[in-house]
Amino acid sequence: MTAVELAGITKRFPGVVANHDIHLTVRKGTVHALVGENGAGKSTLMKILYGMQKPDEGTIAVDGEQVSFSSPADAIARGIGMVHQHFMLADNLTVLENVVLGSEKLHGIGGKARRRIQEISERYGLDVRPDLLVEELGVAARQRVEILKVLYRGARTLILDEPTAVLVPQEVDALFDNLRELKAEGLSVIFISHKLGEVLSVADDITVIRRGTTVGTAVPAETTPRQLAELMVGSELPTPETAESTVTDRPVLTVEKLRLVAPGGKALLDDVTFTIHAGEVLGIAGVEGNGQTELVDALIGLRSADSGTIRLADDEITGWTTRKRREQGVGYIPEDRHRHGLLLEAPLWENRILGHVTEKPNARGVWLDPKAAQADTRRIVETYDVRTPGIDVTAASLSGGNQQKLIVGREMSHAPRFLIAAHPTRGVDVGAQAAIWDHIREARREGLAVLLISADLDELIGLSDTLRVIYDGRLVADADPATITPEELGSAMTGAATGHLEHEESPEAGTSPKGEAH
Amino acid sequence: MKKFDKERVLLAVAGPVIALAVAFVLSAIVLIASGKNPVEPFALMFEQAGFSDIQVLIINQASMYYIAALAVAIGFRMNLFNIGVDGQYQLAAMMAAVVGAHVALPGVLQIPLLLLTAVLTGAFWSGIAGVLKVTRGVSEVVATIMLNSIATAVIGYLWLPDVFGVKVGNNNTTGEMHDSGWVPGIDMGAAGEVYGLVILAVLLGIGYWVVLNRTRFGFDLRASGASETAAAASGVSPRRMVLTAMLLSGGLAGLAGLPILLGDTHTYSLNFPTGIGFLGIGIALLGRNSPVGIAFAALLWAWLDKASPELDFHGYDKEIAVIMQGLIVLSVVVSYEAVREWGLRRQQRRVGAELAAGHVLGATTDNTDKEVAAR
Repeated sequence: MTAVELAGITKRFPGVVANHDIHLTVRKGTVHALVGENGAGKSTLMKILYGMQKPDEGTIAVDGEQVSFSSPADAIARGIGMVHQHFMLADNLTVLENVVLGSEKLHGIGGKARRRIQEISERYGLDVRPDLLVEELGVAARQRVEILKVLYRGARTLILDEPTAVLVPQEVDALFDNLRELKAEGLSVIFISHKLGEVLSVADDITVIRRGTTVGTAVPAETTPRQLAELMVGSELPTPETAESTVTDRPVLTVEKLRLVAPGGKALLDDVTFTIHAGEVLGIAGVEGNGQTELVDALIGLRSADSGTIRLADDEITGWTTRKRREQGVGYIPEDRHRHGLLLEAPLWENRILGHVTEKPNARGVWLDPKAAQADTRRIVETYDVRTPGIDVTAASLSGGNQQKLIVGREMSHAPRFLIAAHPTRGVDVGAQAAIWDHIREARREGLAVLLISADLDELIGLSDTLRVIYDGRLVADADPATITPEELGSAMTGAATGHLEHEESPEAGTSPKGEAH
Repeated sequence: MKKFDKERVLLAVAGPVIALAVAFVLSAIVLIASGKNPVEPFALMFEQAGFSDIQVLIINQASMYYIAALAVAIGFRMNLFNIGVDGQYQLAAMMAAVVGAHVALPGVLQIPLLLLTAVLTGAFWSGIAGVLKVTRGVSEVVATIMLNSIATAVIGYLWLPDVFGVKVGNNNTTGEMHDSGWVPGIDMGAAGEVYGLVILAVLLGIGYWVVLNRTRFGFDLRASGASETAAAASGVSPRRMVLTAMLLSGGLAGLAGLPILLGDTHTYSLNFPTGIGFLGIGIALLGRNSPVGIAFAALLWAWLDKASPELDFHGYDKEIAVIMQGLIVLSVVVSYEAVREWGLRRQQRRVGAELAAGHVLGATTDNTDKEVAAR
């Protein structure tokens, strides 16, 4: 029996096709995973199914009946609910108030609603207490409130958009138990993710989406993460492996006992100590939100350390401004290129100046040198294969991969001694990914020190010379990328393991029960 | 590549043209609604623009509007809204008048001294708002509005006879300035005199363009306005940039009243023009913060001001011009945003099309881009 069927869905945005001829069939009482890279078109598809956007072509059928949604309210009326990646709850209201908000007509706002919430909570094992304030709840509990909110409105099909991105592994397991309860009750779940291990462990069916179109389906029992990944990226995976070691004994970046405290007093970074040598790539593994962003901010100078020191070669740079750090050879590939790496509405050549306005060829003294900057932008566009019709177009009109290549080209053009690469290939296509890896490897051969932060464990293991694991603001473990497997590293990221991680040996070295090893 | 340049010019012109057309139509509707001929007032005002004495009045008035609008625009370029230009220029003009009345140096020193006094006074007044913003997080909008009102009170105090005031009949003045500080006008014969400091306004416009587009500092300022986060990551200190921009804006604002002070009135009295700072906001908006655009906008505003009194002699109300100014500002805000979005999309589409035609590989990657943008 089919819960939801999407057929031939096409959605065009100006100039590009976000979704093209998508087919997706969700059976009743199953968890259906929709996987694809960042930017493959998953979110657009779900917005269409949830009535936030109208498809240009194609049909949607719910319970075998063709429907057309013009708003999320229509979708909810048809039993389709969505749990967004970013929760939409009012902190200063109770769980009960949050749940009934906007649906007061269903069961009122008093005792009847409370009973209904308790009933749903018990039935699906959600453990939601209606009278707590939302601000008192942790992330996982908030997520359960969101799920309950959707169920309360009578949803029979739930869309979960990257639900595990904000959870620690134990919470992920608990969420998956909830999902199993839901499907046991005959509900269907559409689970969006790009974490392949999770998908394989929870899904009954998998649909893979790549470059806006569905490229295949997979049965979890017969699929390995690697096969799934290859389906996702559409080719033999480029391997980020670096052949020979280029690590020298010359320290470029030395961080000692770095500590950063949040306004409330919680330590965001604590006792962070590491050294990166010339020609070395140090990879930082960790679940997002464990201090990676803060570490990058402290290194580039956007936040000042509360204690501890940062040294670049022989200079202590702890007190330096961002500009001085950049002038003295700290390159920066930011995690969020739209917020930190580009002026989206400025032409490419002005973006080439950004971050290096005091340096040649962009400036002579206090004066800008637009001609030289433009000429150099042309060079970068050619050398780094940035696909653009010209250097006068705005950065916003380039694709994500090409924007990233421009940023990489810009940073490499100033011969950095130390490069901060935060998720350097996030949301870029495979071709650009391989090119960016090549550039990092090449610079490393020439003696560049790199701090690599990535959520892609293959990338981390393949590119890094040394691996450290960050957990709750501390570097808790280290590993040798030559021997460690993504699974072992993944377990260490839960904070279960400390010290030096050995491959398949010592019991304390990262054998947490997150066992989807195969 | 040339194509995209032409496109940018088209986009730059489309906004104001649409806004003006809409404003004319709406004003005509207002006239029809009040039972008047919707065309004749405009014909009368256009006719006025042909008279050389009116032209001189327009240019003189426009020079002050222009400087005030530049002051507003420099704030706009980095997302700061200096509403306080009005208080800044009035206080600065008064201080210049006071210094001019009490210090007597030769002209080559006296005039620079007066200009400097005005710049420093304006910068000091806006600097208060700047310091409050970077140290206490006070919105510059609120602070500068308050400072406008305080400036009025300060001016009232300085006018007291036992402070710097000189009573001339019923009028409060600061006394006549020494004539070494008078800036001679450019004689236009029977049409009158163009203020000498009109040249200063032109130089300031050129300087504004050069600083913003050809210096490192200008780049940092524009980057801060375009994306605060990206500018910070690029090495701009946001606080320092806010303070510098406020000081610059106030310093420029301080000069806005000087063309008339040094060119005509030679004293700061109750008759001194007020409200130029507020008009500057609309002019900067209409001129899209560009020195050339602001020049046109300032002339347009001055024309509406100086040509409208004639309407009273033909049975129309000269307030039509004020209605028109208001309507222009309203339609400018709407049409610029619409044109900006349309332009961005159009370019994205064209880049997509060009890549699809030229480089097949590049075109396919565009899917990724839109997805990222759509999220």
